[in-house]
Amino acid sequence: MSGAPPTERELQSPGAGRKLSTFFYRHPRVRLGALLAGPVGWLVVGYIGSLAVMLIAAFWRLDPFTQEVVHDWTLKNFETLLTEPVYRRITVRTVGMAAAVTVACAVLAFPIAYYLARMASRRMRRVLVVAILIPLWASYLVKVYTWRTILAENGVLNWMLAPFGIEGPGYSLVGTWLVFTYLWLPYMILPVYAGLERISPSLLEASADLGARSGRTFARVVLPLAFPAVVAGSIFTFSLTLGDYITPEVVSSKQFIGNVIYDNIGVANNLPFAAAYAFVPIAVMIAYLYVAKRLGAFENL
Amino acid sequence: MVEGRATRWFLRIATAFVLAFIYFPLVIITLYAFNENITQAWPIENWTTKWFSIAFRDEDVRDAFLLSVKAAVFATLTALVLGTALAFAMSRFRFFGQNALSFLVVLPIALPGIVTGIALNATITTVLQPIGIGFGLATIVIGHATFCIVLAYNNVVARLRRTSQSFEEASSDLGADSWTTFRRVIVPAMGTALLAGGLLAFGLSFDEVIVTVFTSGADQTLPIWIFSNLARPQQLPVINVVAFVVVLISIIPVYAAQRLAGPVEGDEAKTVGVAAP
Repeated sequence: MSGAPPTERELQSPGAGRKLSTFFYRHPRVRLGALLAGPVGWLVVGYIGSLAVMLIAAFWRLDPFTQEVVHDWTLKNFETLLTEPVYRRITVRTVGMAAAVTVACAVLAFPIAYYLARMASRRMRRVLVVAILIPLWASYLVKVYTWRTILAENGVLNWMLAPFGIEGPGYSLVGTWLVFTYLWLPYMILPVYAGLERISPSLLEASADLGARSGRTFARVVLPLAFPAVVAGSIFTFSLTLGDYITPEVVSSKQFIGNVIYDNIGVANNLPFAAAYAFVPIAVMIAYLYVAKRLGAFENL
Repeated sequence: MVEGRATRWFLRIATAFVLAFIYFPLVIITLYAFNENITQAWPIENWTTKWFSIAFRDEDVRDAFLLSVKAAVFATLTALVLGTALAFAMSRFRFFGQNALSFLVVLPIALPGIVTGIALNATITTVLQPIGIGFGLATIVIGHATFCIVLAYNNVVARLRRTSQSFEEASSDLGADSWTTFRRVIVPAMGTALLAGGLLAFGLSFDEVIVTVFTSGADQTLPIWIFSNLARPQQLPVINVVAFVVVLISIIPVYAAQRLAGPVEGDEAKTVGVAAP
């Protein structure tokens, strides 16, 4: 807290400012109110308000002749979502993709998180955490776009696989799955690493002392203790996949919930239907968060 | 060590493999930025830097770049003011609804991006447009600031937890008013936390696309420019260059923020890292 010595003016501190600060000091509630006014106004009025507008818009409809949004109440959007087979198929495909991506991320994240938590030296650990964090922040769109180039017919992947006589997945569901897994992997690595780091080494030694081989220690000690952390990471991989429309738009030939919403806002200008479909990922995430909470994932967030 | 030799070798190899996987596309996009051909075939045959000068001369790219910088600066400043005020309220007071508020601040990044996007889009078209605020810089900033608040908030809260309140009390005991205390005690103590939070917010805002698509209208930020030009094959070399530059611009502030925020381990890594995209 060093700095230049206080100036004359600061020491003699004239009336108004001093009075105001005395007033704030004497009235902590007013101080609190002044601090909270901005952020609470922004988040509650701005953000929660917006979500409320979206909720209401989901019950509006599009006039079939004028293509204008009509503000009267109807459940038709939700009815379409539930009865049209094409939307049911897209919902199932999206949730299935989110599950497959989550499993792939967990499998890939576990070894590197374990290495970080249990084997790496302090120095190595710091270098690796930064090495994992930095690509996480490198533009998401650029990464998706680069994968489009990599997966292309005459792209890097097919060139690498050609000597083995294999053809790459292209823009199929497998290709999309690969890109999603790539994008969200760091979100799984970090919580799992933090979870594994909290496991006391003495528990593993105790297990070994009691005669368990490493495989058994892993299955009976490490895995159960790390499981809530994996669930915590899966909240991100699951939620991010559910709500993504850029990735399917750029590297997939198939439709996902995000695409349908995006096309309804952009091309069809059907805000009510888009808003109604946005409730599907929200509902799935609320259910998912409920299960995750039961599994103890929130202590690992 | 409980792990056997074979296990340890497996872990080393798996770690190297995952790291290679993580960096693979970043290497590829760097190489493609110097590809002379308009077609994107691999392997690259001829190398050039000419697309850089073409990209820098492109009017649309320059406009998009300027808009991205403006949006990121305004969003960062807004997020810093709101996030810092919230951090002080949350860590120096106990009040009703505190838990709900700590949940609310992460909600914009916890909900799928498309939900935030649609919600803001619905509000802009039905509430803001009728009162004269159309799609543009203002709406982009509103969207970005909403999910950047949490970055400023997280960094300042973490710092406040380590800073004792008695410094502020000592300052007022010695006769300083609130403003002087803020300027001479709080800001120096918070300085690097604010800078780190600000850098992260800038990095996040600069390359955000999911929400921006719904809040920008006809205006194009740099990521939106990339997204809307993907369908035009003759533009791909310029996109490669822009993509490469965007990666650099979003990585440098984050690297700097990492250095400022100090060592990252387990739990702390999550607060810095998990707040994207």
